[in-house]
Amino acid sequence: MKLERSLVAVREPGAHQPKLSAHGVSKTFRNARGDVVSALGEVNLDIAEGEFVCLIGPSGCGKTTLLNLFAGLDRPDTGGIEMDGRPITSPGPDRAMLFQDPALFPWLNVRANVEFALELIGVPKDERPDRAMHWLRRVHLGRFANAQPHELSGGMRSRAAIARALACQPEVLLADEPFAALDAQTREILQAELQEVWSETRNTFVFVTHNVREAVFLADRVVLMSAPPGTFVAEHRITAPRPREFEDVLLSKIVVDIHDHLLKEVEKVVEREREMA
Amino acid sequence: MSNGNARWRSAAEQIIPRLAAIGLLLLAWWATVATGVFSSNVLPSPGAVLQAFIDSFATPDPPRESIIQAAQASLVRLVVGLSVGIVVGTVIGLAMAASALVQRSLGSLMAGLQALPSIAWLPLAILWFGLSEKAILFVVIIAAIPAMAIASASSIRLVPPLLVRAGRTLGAKSWVLQRRVVFPAAIPGYVAGLQSAWALAWRALMAGELISTGGKGLGHLLDANRQVFLVSRIFAVMLMIIIVGMLVEALFGILDRRIRSKRGLLAPA
Repeated sequence: MKLERSLVAVREPGAHQPKLSAHGVSKTFRNARGDVVSALGEVNLDIAEGEFVCLIGPSGCGKTTLLNLFAGLDRPDTGGIEMDGRPITSPGPDRAMLFQDPALFPWLNVRANVEFALELIGVPKDERPDRAMHWLRRVHLGRFANAQPHELSGGMRSRAAIARALACQPEVLLADEPFAALDAQTREILQAELQEVWSETRNTFVFVTHNVREAVFLADRVVLMSAPPGTFVAEHRITAPRPREFEDVLLSKIVVDIHDHLLKEVEKVVEREREMA
Repeated sequence: MSNGNARWRSAAEQIIPRLAAIGLLLLAWWATVATGVFSSNVLPSPGAVLQAFIDSFATPDPPRESIIQAAQASLVRLVVGLSVGIVVGTVIGLAMAASALVQRSLGSLMAGLQALPSIAWLPLAILWFGLSEKAILFVVIIAAIPAMAIASASSIRLVPPLLVRAGRTLGAKSWVLQRRVVFPAAIPGYVAGLQSAWALAWRALMAGELISTGGKGLGHLLDANRQVFLVSRIFAVMLMIIIVGMLVEALFGILDRRIRSKRGLLAPA
């Protein structure tokens, strides 16, 4: 079982190589005043192939920074960031990214957005429409293929972004709070749909969120990050079988545990901000 | 989606205030003429201007040019000068967007040029090129270049970074990223630049024709009528300048609205 394999220390010689790994990775930024701010303390993380990992933590803990490092949009100050044992140096279509905003191209209609992604990975022109439509139907957007992005609701735009990401059949999916801007009901529907689609595609998934319930519902493993500079403070494995239900009592208990822990980290941040004020 | 009725109503809401404003102006004009304070050689009545406008379509003597020929000559100059200005300005703007060094050097030069009304170049242009077509075109081109350069550079700088990041994570690199993501995203800002460039070029052209007495064009006709004291003809040419200007303006307006409505950038009516 995939889950079991990710439990063993994957870095040991002879062990299965992790799909994604970060070791000794840290990152600092300069803020507007020119001070050096540590965005990410030293972190180590191995993610097995097909594993769904949620990163959770207080604002400013570096979750998004770490995600951008995996995406290749940014480079670490120290340490190494690898995919299949090779250093990640630039973005690429083998790692699809879902942003907080769907980031659809407003001059292209929904289908053309997906077809553009297919074009970039070299899918021949005559195959693109069918493949684009296949993925749009998978996220229940078949009837809106010819709509412009601005004509869609927020939830539909998120679906279109998911279709665009999945259509390239990436080895890794990276998501940066993709549902944060949606209302609670739409978010639950999309979480369930994402679970359903992912159960079939099984891409390696790194999902950043503020929302503990979302993390526990989706993930094989929830990694809790500390107040900034972010490091990993706890890890929870969620072994509950899929499809999962939001009402699952066992999951709810894990949610409460992680939530308490997260609250302590958030309190540290608030405390520090009060001291600074 | 608007039904037919609502569409008529919104069309009426668009048109009625415009007609009312023109109507009020005509009324005030007519009333002023009716007081008899001004002689018709100074301020002709609206009717006399309309008559002069209609008459000026036939080749009159003097001036030597019909108003249509003059409008044609002016439009040709506008198209030629504006095209050259757009191409040169865009190239400079792209270079400014691509390199911080070019932005700092050429960019500040463009900002300085924009502060100089382009008609101020005419004396130099006349010295360089003589009282010729070239002098007028030079002024038109130099009017459009800074506006286009600044607009195309800033339209690229203002492309949402998120769209660029999205393009990069999908695998778009270098030239493909520029051509398929950055340029399309910059188009609304670029079209806004076209709108201001054409307006500046049009003003420069009229001023240039007026001063350089290049022999043809609406600006020249304006001055030719002044020399023979045909005041109602002067009004008629001004009316023509407004009409041609509004037609060109409308063309760019349609382009702008089409692009922005496709992207959902139009405020709901």
